[in-house]
Amino acid sequence: KSRYQTCKAVVSTQSTGSHEWVNVQGSLGRVGITDHAQAALGDVVFVDIPEVDLDVDVGDEIASVESVKAVGDVASPIGGIVVAVNEALSDSPTLVNSSPEEDAWIAEIEISDMSALEGLMDKEAYDKFLLEG
Amino acid sequence: SSGINAEYGIQTNLSRMRNLVSRVSRPFSRICAYRQLSSINDLKKTALFDFHVEKGGKMVDFAGWALPVSYPDMSHVESHLHTRKGVSIFDVSHMLQLHIHGKDRVKFMESLIVGDVAGLSEDTGTLSLLTNENGGIIDDCIVHKSSAGFLNLVCNAGCADKDYAHIMEHLSVAQSQGSDVDVEVKPKHGLIAVQGPKTAEVLQQGISDDLSRLYFNHTTLTDVWGIPCRVTRCGYTGEDGVEISVPEDRVVELVERLTATSEDVRLAGLGARDSLRLEAGLCLYGNDIDETTTPVEGALMWTIGKRRRAARDFPGANIIMDQFAAKPKQGRRRVGLIVEKAPARPHYPVLNTEGKVIGEITSGSPSPCTGKNIAMAYVDNEYTKNGTQVQVQVRKKKYVASKVAMPFVPTQYYNPPKN
Repeated sequence: KSRYQTCKAVVSTQSTGSHEWVNVQGSLGRVGITDHAQAALGDVVFVDIPEVDLDVDVGDEIASVESVKAVGDVASPIGGIVVAVNEALSDSPTLVNSSPEEDAWIAEIEISDMSALEGLMDKEAYDKFLLEG
Repeated sequence: SSGINAEYGIQTNLSRMRNLVSRVSRPFSRICAYRQLSSINDLKKTALFDFHVEKGGKMVDFAGWALPVSYPDMSHVESHLHTRKGVSIFDVSHMLQLHIHGKDRVKFMESLIVGDVAGLSEDTGTLSLLTNENGGIIDDCIVHKSSAGFLNLVCNAGCADKDYAHIMEHLSVAQSQGSDVDVEVKPKHGLIAVQGPKTAEVLQQGISDDLSRLYFNHTTLTDVWGIPCRVTRCGYTGEDGVEISVPEDRVVELVERLTATSEDVRLAGLGARDSLRLEAGLCLYGNDIDETTTPVEGALMWTIGKRRRAARDFPGANIIMDQFAAKPKQGRRRVGLIVEKAPARPHYPVLNTEGKVIGEITSGSPSPCTGKNIAMAYVDNEYTKNGTQVQVQVRKKKYVASKVAMPFVPTQYYNPPKN
């Protein structure tokens, strides 16, 4: 089952909202951006994927997803080591639009601290959040 | 605004727009094209505002105006490509439209801009530059000489206050010296851009003037579907097209007439407008030119008429012409780049093949027509030959780029046949 995160909306020029999901299998977490995020971005033209072995803290920018007009930072909901990246996104960035929460996973991370998952929303809570803001 | 141009800013946060048909919700973007609308009530509205909202336009803040970045019927790329096949209508009513009257109007205009206004034929115009005493560019603008006895000047919305103050200051001096000249903001007129290869075919249905005789940069006062308008053959997309200055209370009517002629006529927003102008190699003030760039650096010397170059009779002329004469190996120049793999964006560093910083990107975007990532950048003069290889720093990585001649996509201006 996937868990979701998004920053709370804060009225400040410094904070940015983000919409990522993490799907956990054992100690591995696959991370990507949500359907809501890809819809807002528009046609994705480029994905900047991380390097394998990258050491990631919760909240670190691990990737960028670009459309014609916008560059979106992908903040990791979990901390750990990147053990795999989705090379398919180099050749087919539009996978993010067509399958944002399945085929367009960005990185797989060996999670160092599972307690980070506790702060995340489940799908029901996320969908509710999208409706209410 | 200095440095950070008006069009690109840092996204604030998730926010909702109330009282509007479409929901703008950008969850994240570090380089977002437009400032998120926190309150639409703070923004200026064109006469087409309600129309845009009714059509589902995604409204954003552009230079303090509420304008559509896109419409629901087409994605950015679709709208961009459509403009090069059919007809797109852009609301550009936010731009500053001025009339300059009086016997001394040409002399006055030439005291502010670099173009050969005296040399313009009646009912023609040109792109020009307002320059400052340091040789920098205050704004780019379009000037037309009307046979009705005045000059027509259109300036960027983002520079409206600055340009107006500058012009009025000079006007005051000119008048005190006895010049017969006056300037007024053209009252209560909207401005729409109608762009694309099918423009003439569509517009001809509402206009009795023979559009085949209205060449690029020519202007005429005429009725369009019975609405008294100024129609000028010019635009900001590289395509054939017109800009129509129309009474505010009839601009909706005009747009509806245009869209009713054919399914090929579609509304378009600021998103497509920007990628189209970049493909056409056209500058965006604030990004590609500003008060710190001279026309030499900006590769815009062609705007300075031969007579004006010799006379050196425009603000900053000596600095500009001396710089031009020196043809320096030092200094920088605006160039076009094609960047491999990653889109380049404003302020990304440009490096030589050895990794030394040699310049900076000023505009960049994927190009829908070419499928490549195109950009404008200022680079040190030694890197300005066609085919020169450079690198662009995109976040943590460097990507190879090549200098190319602009436009990136051939322009289609409707010029008279060469004899």
